[in-house]
Amino acid sequence: MWRSAWCRALALLLATLPAGAQEKRSGYDDAGPQVRAMQDDDMANPAFLWVRQGEALWERREGMAGRSCADCHGAVEGMRGVAARHPEFDAARGRVVTLEQRVNLCRTDYQGAAALAPESDALLGITALVGLQSRGMPVAVEVEGAAAAAVARGEAFFRLRQGQLNLSCAQCHDGLAGQSLAGSRIPQGHANAYPIYRLEWQGMGSLHRRLRACLVGVRAEPLGRDDGLLADLELFLAARAAGLVVETPGVRP
Amino acid sequence: MAVRPLLSVPREVKAGVPFEVRILIQHPMETGFRRDAVGGVIARDIIHTFECSVDGEEVFAARLEPAVAANPFLAFSARLERSGTMVLRWVDDRGVEAEERVAIRVV
Ligand code: HEC
Ligand code: HEC
Repeated sequence: MWRSAWCRALALLLATLPAGAQEKRSGYDDAGPQVRAMQDDDMANPAFLWVRQGEALWERREGMAGRSCADCHGAVEGMRGVAARHPEFDAARGRVVTLEQRVNLCRTDYQGAAALAPESDALLGITALVGLQSRGMPVAVEVEGAAAAAVARGEAFFRLRQGQLNLSCAQCHDGLAGQSLAGSRIPQGHANAYPIYRLEWQGMGSLHRRLRACLVGVRAEPLGRDDGLLADLELFLAARAAGLVVETPGVRP
Repeated sequence: MAVRPLLSVPREVKAGVPFEVRILIQHPMETGFRRDAVGGVIARDIIHTFECSVDGEEVFAARLEPAVAANPFLAFSARLERSGTMVLRWVDDRGVEAEERVAIRVV
């Protein structure tokens, strides 16, 4: 429904494309007062129901190794700063690894357990819990050295016009940010609050799910979850958000 | 995975002075109006009854409707003259009952 609404509303907006750089704004700043109030209060933010599940999982011995996250990492507070520098280029693996992937690598490689399913309560919960430890810290990913090529691939994808609507991420999130599209305000498209509780989903979701919605919105092919380009794009988004603070777990309309 | 609600209740209150109780419960609140991929109706499953009492005396009760969004958040105020145990209890369409208990001291 909102997809066709996007088409009509866009024709109008693109006719008046404003130019020039804007000050960095988090999606929080573009959300309404009710949404902001939910995010501001950990007892009213439903994402904390998932964080609770993450806390239980952190302590649970799993897999053939019979070890919990806590057995190796200690108290979860020790994860402070980790989400702020993810995704990161993993030299040993020769690719960018997102926070969700990092958790699942520990599951498979160190716990001898099955990877947690995408969008499962368990994976969202544990990622939200680890992300929460960096709340308030500026997003600061490594973009130099071996990461540079990945950031460049992510940026190229961000600027690529695609889908039946033939639009790039940049056209909406740089060019049209702040304008209103089919009743919602176009945010600058920063990824500093993921995973989020989204009112429209009535649930929690990952950045991948959010990006999928944007790609489907312009009728382009969504990126596969294990596509290296998705991790590159997520790294570029983090680089682009540099300086905004981590809000995980955020609330969005 | 059943997860305990986010509950905020003061442990100490002043006699006769209203205080706020807030609870956020994880629940799909399935409306009963949606259909699945093959067109079948997804059975309604909402929390329909919520009650809060202190030592057996009701302080708040609500009947919830399908229009309530998933993971309902309830906030209400209460007032106590004596210390007691607050019991918050809710029941959904599948008959699943859950409850939380908090001892509150009047000072
Ligand atoms: C047609 C305009 C449009 C295009 C093109 C678009 N988006 Fe979005 N995007 C939106 C809107 C509108 C929202 C706000 C959510 C909503 O209400 O749907 C959003 C939300 C987001 C968010 C979430 C921001 C937050 O605060 O949580 C991210 C991240 C994002 N977009 C990234 C992208 C990327 C990456 C691309 C390219 C693959 C893209 N978007 C393409 C319109 C667009
Ligand atoms: C057997 C020990 C072990 C267990 C169990 C384990 N990890 Fe790890 N974890 C490691 C090691 C070692 C690293 C260092 C990176 C690497 O070698 O992959 C790591 C790295 C990480 C990182 C990145 C830290 C950073 O500083 O960048 C995160 C996040 C993480 N683990 C989360 C988890 C979670 C969540 C669990 C439970 C689901 C878990 N780990 C279970 C050993 C473990």
